Amino acid sequence: MSLRKLIVNKTMAALAVLFTVFYSGTAFAQDAAATATTKPVDMGKVHQSALFYVLLFLLLCLFIAIVGKALRVYELTRETQGKPEGINWNTVNAVIFALFLVVGLYGVYWEYSVHGTMISHMHESASEHGHRIDEMFKLTLIITTIVFVLTHIILFAFAYVYRASDKRKAYYYPHNNTIEKIWTIVPALVLTLLVLKGFLTWRSIFYKVEDPKNRPISIEVTSSQFVWDIRYPGPDAVVGKKNYKLITAINGLGVDFNDKNSLDDLIADEIVLPVNKPVRFILTSKDVIHSFYMPHFRVQLNTVPGMTSYFEFTPTITTDEMRTKLNDPKFNYLLLCAKICGANHYNMQKNVRVVSEQEYKEWLTKQTPYLTNDLRKVFKLPIPVEAAPAAAEAPADSTATAATAAVNTNNQLALKK
Amino acid sequence: MSTISLHDTHHDDHGHGHHHETFLTKYVFSQDHKMIAKQFLITGIVMAVIAMALSILFRLQLAWPDKSFPLLESFLGKWAEGGRIKPDFYLALVTIHGTIMVFFVLTAGLSGTFSNLLIPLQLGARDMASPFLNMLSYWFFFIACVVMMGSFFTQTGPASGGWTVYPPLSAVPKAMPGSGIGMTLWLISMVLFVASSLMGGINYVSTVLNMRTKGMDLWKMPLTIWAFFLTAILGILSFPVLVAGVVLLVFDRSFGTSFYLSDMVFGTEIMPNEGGSPILWQHLFWFLGHPEVYIVIMPALGISSEIISVNSRKPIFGYHAMVYSLMGITILSFIVWGHHMFVTGMNPLLGGVFMITTLIIAVPSAVKTFNYLATLWRGNIRFTPAMLFAIGLVSFFISGGLTGIFLGNASLDINLHDTYFVVAHFHLVMGSAAIFGMLAGVYHWFPKMFGRMMNAKLAYLHFWVTFICAYLVFFPLHFLGLDGVPRRYYAFTEFEFMNKWLTVNVFVTWSAIIAALAQIAFLFNFFYSIFRGKKAPQNPWEANTLEWTTPVEHIHGNWPGEIPTVYRWPYDYSKPGAAEDFIPQTVPFSQTMNSNLPHDFEGNEEAERIQLEWEKTNKPAQN
Repeated sequence: MSLRKLIVNKTMAALAVLFTVFYSGTAFAQDAAATATTKPVDMGKVHQSALFYVLLFLLLCLFIAIVGKALRVYELTRETQGKPEGINWNTVNAVIFALFLVVGLYGVYWEYSVHGTMISHMHESASEHGHRIDEMFKLTLIITTIVFVLTHIILFAFAYVYRASDKRKAYYYPHNNTIEKIWTIVPALVLTLLVLKGFLTWRSIFYKVEDPKNRPISIEVTSSQFVWDIRYPGPDAVVGKKNYKLITAINGLGVDFNDKNSLDDLIADEIVLPVNKPVRFILTSKDVIHSFYMPHFRVQLNTVPGMTSYFEFTPTITTDEMRTKLNDPKFNYLLLCAKICGANHYNMQKNVRVVSEQEYKEWLTKQTPYLTNDLRKVFKLPIPVEAAPAAAEAPADSTATAATAAVNTNNQLALKK
Repeated sequence: MSTISLHDTHHDDHGHGHHHETFLTKYVFSQDHKMIAKQFLITGIVMAVIAMALSILFRLQLAWPDKSFPLLESFLGKWAEGGRIKPDFYLALVTIHGTIMVFFVLTAGLSGTFSNLLIPLQLGARDMASPFLNMLSYWFFFIACVVMMGSFFTQTGPASGGWTVYPPLSAVPKAMPGSGIGMTLWLISMVLFVASSLMGGINYVSTVLNMRTKGMDLWKMPLTIWAFFLTAILGILSFPVLVAGVVLLVFDRSFGTSFYLSDMVFGTEIMPNEGGSPILWQHLFWFLGHPEVYIVIMPALGISSEIISVNSRKPIFGYHAMVYSLMGITILSFIVWGHHMFVTGMNPLLGGVFMITTLIIAVPSAVKTFNYLATLWRGNIRFTPAMLFAIGLVSFFISGGLTGIFLGNASLDINLHDTYFVVAHFHLVMGSAAIFGMLAGVYHWFPKMFGRMMNAKLAYLHFWVTFICAYLVFFPLHFLGLDGVPRRYYAFTEFEFMNKWLTVNVFVTWSAIIAALAQIAFLFNFFYSIFRGKKAPQNPWEANTLEWTTPVEHIHGNWPGEIPTVYRWPYDYSKPGAAEDFIPQTVPFSQTMNSNLPHDFEGNEEAERIQLEWEKTNKPAQN
């Protein structure tokens, strides 16, 4: 009886598939005809290829349906002949689990070795604290990998070994307090180890004792939608105050030039860091939250509007050294934005260079001061006499003198008050 | 208890013709927990398919960032002009994908379905404590779904600041188009959703506490119920905090307050907001948000506990430990939210504290995993489709849980925060694992819900393709994260170092497409079996729990006569001496003298004496 029903079903299914195919075919054709006149893209072809994939999928469905029906027929015939079930699905699934285990473990090995080497430029941290993070990471990786592999072997091996059988009865084993205590305490101990080490690492990164002989260089980073603005302190080594309410078209950061520390501040269009000198980033944001992320240095901290945060670290490898180490002449350190911030989140970058201290000092002298003549007018600061031509010849000197001049005048003003 | 017995007599007296059910009261505004469960399930499945389709769209963009798909333009219009998804719309896709999956599928779709179905059935209650509230809970959820989907039909598009909608990005319409009307709809939808989930949660808790049948003390409840119960408590305590946060965000957006906003300038326009803190939102959000991930995973763990025990034909190993670990997770989940905020600039001391609490929560999770493995040990495992998915869940729970140890460590989080490592981590541990728990539940209780069986072979195909592809999709993503690729990037084209991942992205996208197509096998199986599936027997899996003592045909009130009494815990599988390899909870010990163990009587001296006497007279004869 069921065989007849089966044939009917199969024909029905086949008809349904054919119907869908033809129907969608004509529908697509009509659609194509309608849109072809208005759109520059030839939608006919597009629909054809879409239809092709739909057809391919339907064909696959049909194939699966046929296989399913064949299996059903096979089982039914065995049933009518009074033979035991033809396919033991418990065994089939158990075997696939075993296969999955073997192939999966190889897959994990492959991932570790192939994709693991694809991240080679991340293998060596370019900062001091980064090494501690990497050590922590390696320890965690080793422990978790062992647990991962062992538990999966146990899981799938049990699935394979203890697959259902009529000859066997499961072992009634509701609990064993000793075992349970062991596998509560052992993970707890391992995690305590990880927590302790993690805690110490975390502390060493964020609780820095300032060494008066080796003061960090302050660099201010201001994020705004899709740009990083970098401000270096001038010779005074202090980045001046700013206030978002002072932001105008010519004063994009809202630097407050009433603070004399601001007068010598410099704008930079890239981040340049001297090697082996501590740097302290002052992180602020103008509009939404961004995240200051420099993966090679193991540095990340959000920049939050209305809140200033700080990240201090010491870069240890110059860009050139890293290039030779990685054998990649195009290598560059990067600053990315890691917190969703809008349409161009994916392209909010800044170049970062680590150079020798001497190069850094040279580079710093070439940077333009933030304070322009226009800004001087706004803040009612005296405009220095030696103007454009001199600056063009020796920019470094002029900035320095300009800054000192400004500082001086500012001081006088302050005194007068 | 008196109200319940009154209800009983009511049923005996009047039968069922009395109710005059119309189509509207039976299928639409139903107050029957079984129908509401189905409503939740089917809405959840529809939302899951939508969210999955969204994920395929953005996976296409990630795999082929430079390619144009003119067909997309026909569907999406200006959001995919020239056949290429726009960056703003890409962000909307990831945002809505996340929101739907976390809240509508894995919270409402999972808890809503199985708590509603199983709490009364497994506890022996006629219905929920408040059927009307239960109905409202579904309809609030439904409206929340409609409002959320409605945001796709607005001029500026749906919310697109990520599913965590951090202000100021989500608060200032100037920051991105999605923060306009789309964000308003998101917030409205979320308030409705929380209302729904609170109504559900209160109902679950009161039903579990008050409406258990005779003999069903708390320590005889199946682990499913324990999980739903604790999940409901978690939801009741944490969701209101999200509403508080959402209301403040609504105020900031619409009424010019500054709870979350301060010191902002867009272009050169200085915003008037002062004194707020964006970090406040993160605290409020994650105070819900972290318990939320346990709201998602705990029901799945409960379901898999039950399914693994039934299909291993063994008692769940360490029942008490399983309950205590659920309680541990429940309590600890309230004090770990800060691990989402290690790099916000929050006080580093707090970071240290949250790291400690976070890693402690790994202990109960590990206990659960080991108990699952011990349950499988020397079992007699039947690979029903539900069992396959439950084993899949354990695998995902391990894989994803272990990467949590990296992310919970504040110092490692510095470099992994907001990268693909996080994406890989939570998609395995709460995405895939919870979805597998849900699918396991669907396959296991389908006969109870629809009175028919699903096709097992199609289910095997569904499982294997989904299981393998889920790993193929999410495993490689860890390495993108380790390489420093941040999440929510529209394209990997702007950074030289990301180019090498383009081929991996293509591979991942193809795996995702295959996994998505495999769901068609499930959808077909599900909807076809509702109408044409093989008629289900009363207890298809030979399980012990109460729901399998109800008749296959649904009746209002669940049991035709009196509600059965419970005598034993739900995990007496393969008990030595018993005739069958399962003893339902309704079988009294007096009928199983052969298999009773001293432990069963829980110190009841009278019962122990009777058992001893019986053994004296009967046991030697057997030997």
